[in-house]
Amino acid sequence: MNDLSPILSIVTASFLASFVEVVEAFTIVLAVGVTRGWRPALGGAAVALAVLAALVLAFGPLLALVPITVLQFVVGVLLILFGMRWLRKAILRSVGVIALHDEEQAFSKETAALQRQANDRRADYLAAVASFKAVLLEGVEVVFIVIAVGSAHAQTLYASLGALAAFVLVILVGFAVHRPLARVPENALKFVVGLMLTSFGVFWTGEGFGADWPGKDLALLGIFAIIAVASFAIVRWLRGAYPAAAEGVAR
Amino acid sequence: MTMIRLVLKELVGMFVDDGSLALLALILIAVVTAAVKLLALPPLIGGVLLLAGCLAILLESTRRAASAKRKA
Repeated sequence: MNDLSPILSIVTASFLASFVEVVEAFTIVLAVGVTRGWRPALGGAAVALAVLAALVLAFGPLLALVPITVLQFVVGVLLILFGMRWLRKAILRSVGVIALHDEEQAFSKETAALQRQANDRRADYLAAVASFKAVLLEGVEVVFIVIAVGSAHAQTLYASLGALAAFVLVILVGFAVHRPLARVPENALKFVVGLMLTSFGVFWTGEGFGADWPGKDLALLGIFAIIAVASFAIVRWLRGAYPAAAEGVAR
Repeated sequence: MTMIRLVLKELVGMFVDDGSLALLALILIAVVTAAVKLLALPPLIGGVLLLAGCLAILLESTRRAASAKRKA
């Protein structure tokens, strides 16, 4: 159990975080494919994936040169910043302070933009660039998540498998339904991912400055539980204290 | 160049959304680490302080955003 729990949490965090990012990238690639054809859509996406692979191959081996405690500390700090950003956004979306991300809306917006460029002689190129940008920018986040959650405990393989599973699942479901995956409970996923990444961040930053957490890796579950309870309490409190902000609240 | 700038912007945006949340989190980490390394604070206490501090910063950041939304 003690060996399995960090692997499971790494795979789960990587899968869920990547799932959210791949859904967002898929929406744009689909919009490009439906509007301008699959050649620019898949071409742009393929080039972006090649750039991401090159980045991983270039920078990945450098991580092996960094001492593990330094790596845990640096990755922990970055995960605290990254995870708390996701968590803050998910909390604010849960109480209606900021709007939910809507894949249907993103799809319509991208489709409309591509249609406006339809008469441009560079329309296919611009469509491929849109696809490239979406995959590259969402992919950068996936690469960071995989490296961050995987490297601090030398479990990059498991983190990569989680991300790959998310990629395959979104592609299979997306092309089967042939429309944006708007019914994915994106904010709930982001909430869970924010909780997990913040927990990893606190755990590894602590390990980085020498904290000997009780229960070793199992302490990660305890930290997760504390952050989850506190976050749900914040949501509850904000809904009560700022009812005007919570109008039209997303649950 | 535009693409590099876009990727760099995305990279920064990955960690910084609410600037004061990111700044306070960095200050918290620096203070706790300094206390552990320089003032011999037990590392486990440092970890607990880090956890509590992160939650306090999260509460303050979300409260501020909700308050600003109500005033708007």
